[in-house]
Amino acid sequence: MNLKRALRVWQRHFTVYKKLYRYSIVLNFVEPALYIIALGLGLGAFIKEINGIPYVNFIAPGFIASSSMFAATYECTYGTYIRMTFQKTFDAILSTPVNLQDLVAGELIWGATKSMFYGTIIIIAITLFRLVDSPFIVLLIPILFISGLLFAQLSIICAAIVPGIDSFNYYYTLFMTPMFLFSGIFFPLDPLPKIITYIAYFTPLYHLANVCRSLSAGHVSGSLMSIAWLSAAVLLLSPIPFKLMRKRIIK
Amino acid sequence: MNIIKAKNLIKDYNSFRAVNNIEFEIQEGECFGFLGPNGAGKTTVMRILYCFMPPSFGMVEVLGINVLSNPSQIKSKIGVMPQEDNLDIDLTVLQNLIVYARYFDIPKHTSNPLAIELLGYVELEDKINANILSLSGGMKRSLSLARSLINCPEILILDEPTTGLDPYNRRMVWNKLNDLKSKNTTLVLTTHYMEEADKLCDRVAIMDSGRILTIDSPSNLKKIHGGTLEDVYLKLTGRPLEP
Repeated sequence: MNLKRALRVWQRHFTVYKKLYRYSIVLNFVEPALYIIALGLGLGAFIKEINGIPYVNFIAPGFIASSSMFAATYECTYGTYIRMTFQKTFDAILSTPVNLQDLVAGELIWGATKSMFYGTIIIIAITLFRLVDSPFIVLLIPILFISGLLFAQLSIICAAIVPGIDSFNYYYTLFMTPMFLFSGIFFPLDPLPKIITYIAYFTPLYHLANVCRSLSAGHVSGSLMSIAWLSAAVLLLSPIPFKLMRKRIIK
Repeated sequence: MNIIKAKNLIKDYNSFRAVNNIEFEIQEGECFGFLGPNGAGKTTVMRILYCFMPPSFGMVEVLGINVLSNPSQIKSKIGVMPQEDNLDIDLTVLQNLIVYARYFDIPKHTSNPLAIELLGYVELEDKINANILSLSGGMKRSLSLARSLINCPEILILDEPTTGLDPYNRRMVWNKLNDLKSKNTTLVLTTHYMEEADKLCDRVAIMDSGRILTIDSPSNLKKIHGGTLEDVYLKLTGRPLEP
């Protein structure tokens, strides 16, 4: 893999994104804002506090995690798949000095960039709403790149093996939605059956939500294990998207 | 000098043999055409030449470099006009050329004037800021041709460059290709149009079912087999038409 050529692919996506971001960026605010209003203020009126923290403050940092997760995931499932099949963007890029490894790396780095960017927007938004207690939240920004890489890897693995675009529904319904609900964003998992806690421990969003909440509260030490978990997962998965994409594209 | 060499080339897709032990050499500055019915293996050969896929067996060298050893280096010196348009529909006409140039590490201050010159060359200067989806089929082919020239390639690979074009646009593409040939660009193309092969190609390879049946100049083929190039093609590929 050649990083310079991978960044050419990244640059292509950035050029396209620059044309569209003004329209899409507002939507990134809307969804988490809806959750914070409906759950934080609505449900929060009944729940009041979790572990001594007002409910709205409890859930807000989790939306940094979910927003950045969905950004990388949409980009590297639907986005990658459309570029690979319908738009034939990959075919065009592969007839230039860019090779498949460079192309896949470019997709991953772009997914991670977008993930970091969207997460950062939420950091800014919830900070403005005074839902963040510690300046350590800025440490979260580079970690969002690492977790973004992980969500991008999982998505590209998925894009490389799905028979058609509709199959992403399986990934979203059977993996993304349960992970979102049982990540500890909305409530602590302790009261649930132990098995669910164990399963959650093996999902990336659980760890990212933990990092977001810990840093938002200024508990840096509470985030370290989860940061290590996320980094290890990125390293562990790193060869797989390349292998599967090669298998899919180069007959 | 041979700029492209292929020996004992075989390509299998699972159990299907798309290219079956072929050999050819293409000389620098030559226009070389692959003719043959659909499914003869022409596109597969093209894709191997521009390093999109590796051969299953055999040796292929482009510009003296083995396609398996350094595809990026080969690809930096060739231009590709694929059979199906794969222009970037998320970008404008001009951006298509500039972003494509970036993949070749051509900086914007070089690619911008070059892109404008190429758009003039293919008569798309009015469409610089147009959306790709607003272009006609002929304009898209022209833009694909312009894009394939952005790195000033030594070899231009064209997979059915004029399929689906009206006579005016077809002639325009022919003129451009003749012009490039006169500038010593090596052209490798596939086509279904015998008139096109006859007009442009110095030599043609007639393929069927993954094999090369013959390689010769159109004039020699006509002399040996009699009739037009189309007659030769039909005679060799052996599929008599219904009366």
